Amino acid sequence: MPSARGGAEPANGGLPRSFMAAGTSSFTEFLGDHAPDLLPGRRQVPGTVVDVPHGTTIVSATFPGGVIMAGDRRATMGNVIAQRDIEKVFPADEHSCVGIAGTAGLAVELVRLFQVELEHYEKIEGTPLSVDGKANRLATMIRGNLGLAMQGLAVVPLFAGYDDEVETGRIFSYDITGGRYEEHEFHAVGSGSSFARGSLKKLYRDDLSEDEAVAVCVHALYDAADDDSATGGPDMARRIYPVVAVCTAQGYRRIPDDVLGDVVTSIVAGRQERPGGPTAPLGA
Amino acid sequence: MSMPFYVSPEQIMKDKADYARKGISRGRSVIVCQYDGGIAFVAENPSRALHKVSEIYDRIAFAAVGKYNEFENLRVAGVRLADLRGYSYDRRDVTGRALANAYAQTLGTIFTETAKPYEVEIVVAEVGETAAEDQMYRLTFDGSVGDEHGYVAMGGSAEAISAVLEDGYTDGLELGAAIRLAVNALSRDNGEPRVIGSSQLEVAVLDRSRTRRAFRRLSGSRLDALLAG
Repeated sequence: MPSARGGAEPANGGLPRSFMAAGTSSFTEFLGDHAPDLLPGRRQVPGTVVDVPHGTTIVSATFPGGVIMAGDRRATMGNVIAQRDIEKVFPADEHSCVGIAGTAGLAVELVRLFQVELEHYEKIEGTPLSVDGKANRLATMIRGNLGLAMQGLAVVPLFAGYDDEVETGRIFSYDITGGRYEEHEFHAVGSGSSFARGSLKKLYRDDLSEDEAVAVCVHALYDAADDDSATGGPDMARRIYPVVAVCTAQGYRRIPDDVLGDVVTSIVAGRQERPGGPTAPLGA
Repeated sequence: MSMPFYVSPEQIMKDKADYARKGISRGRSVIVCQYDGGIAFVAENPSRALHKVSEIYDRIAFAAVGKYNEFENLRVAGVRLADLRGYSYDRRDVTGRALANAYAQTLGTIFTETAKPYEVEIVVAEVGETAAEDQMYRLTFDGSVGDEHGYVAMGGSAEAISAVLEDGYTDGLELGAAIRLAVNALSRDNGEPRVIGSSQLEVAVLDRSRTRRAFRRLSGSRLDALLAG
């Protein structure tokens, strides 16, 4: 009897046979066997293009001892702002985070699945996946979504985490076919990413402190919002600031709004003096 | 034509139960007990890799004695059930009670319908907002469930161990005292007290004060400090 728990269950309420089967430590593979309808990639959609909310710009930058990821708060549906306080940067597990651009509904579902996938592996195996293992799992999940991506429902994540084997922050980007690329220093994805990347290129240094790296990411999002209508700038009137996450040896941490509010306020004040933001020195 | 011997159902069940009890009594014991900040799990287990105590979900943990491959099978099934429920509904909808029910039905079916029962005894524990809301379910090889409070001892010498716990246990013990009591009880499983070093122990807690995943293993210097008092 199919149920909301998914798949066939024995009439007496005991554990279905597939639960007791030896084998996989992957939640996605288990779902594929037991309740394939719960996997986003297996879903059939009509061939027509549908208008759904899209998330936009995510930026990420490393600093000695960790990595920052930040995302703006806007979701758009054509010319309409679908949501002005959407969150697009999430903890993936205790030492990594994932940000998403593209079809918001699918992306949020994919992030939930990815979070369960990592925790599931950790519980079954008794040890967490390596950072590369996590990045590869995400690639597999994006690959499963290729059919939907071809119909305009693409999800493009950015993954970043602290790797305790090499004691640095690492960044991975993806394309819709599940291609996985390790990025060095910084990266951005989404509709405003080219503007954000230009900004990061000028402001990034490899000796940034954590606070400076946060400011660099907020500047990059400001520049993206400046030139891309689908990316939201800081909403000072409603006190809606970007979501900024930090992954270090101490784990995942989201910068609280009261701290970030001060950073954003000073950046916005600086932009009132100089709308283009800080300039890079024209040294020899 | 040869006829099979008639064996009464009572005899079949008794034989299976004796078989399961005998298997369980061969292994070392596990103690689950409440302390002021949550629920503690203490097992005598020299292996660092083959755990008797494990995390199932945010506030739920699992402890077992008996045959490793059988309780490992149940543990993995429990993690799958919990993660699937949490994914289809919400994290708050995963409960220890539902998990204990599923285990009870499964163990009951295996006991009555297969020739060889599982030689396991398990505890499903869920830490609540307050000590009064903590839940501890003890499940035996035939699918019986007991709702326990305070402490549970499982394994071959459970009765001897429970006697020590009964003397020493009071509500609201602090963590170090609870672990020392449990280790003392484990060391008296065969009459004469033995010395059990921290390297022979598997200790974990469901810590009420942690925000999401309450399960933490305690080992090394942290455990030594708690054992020393």
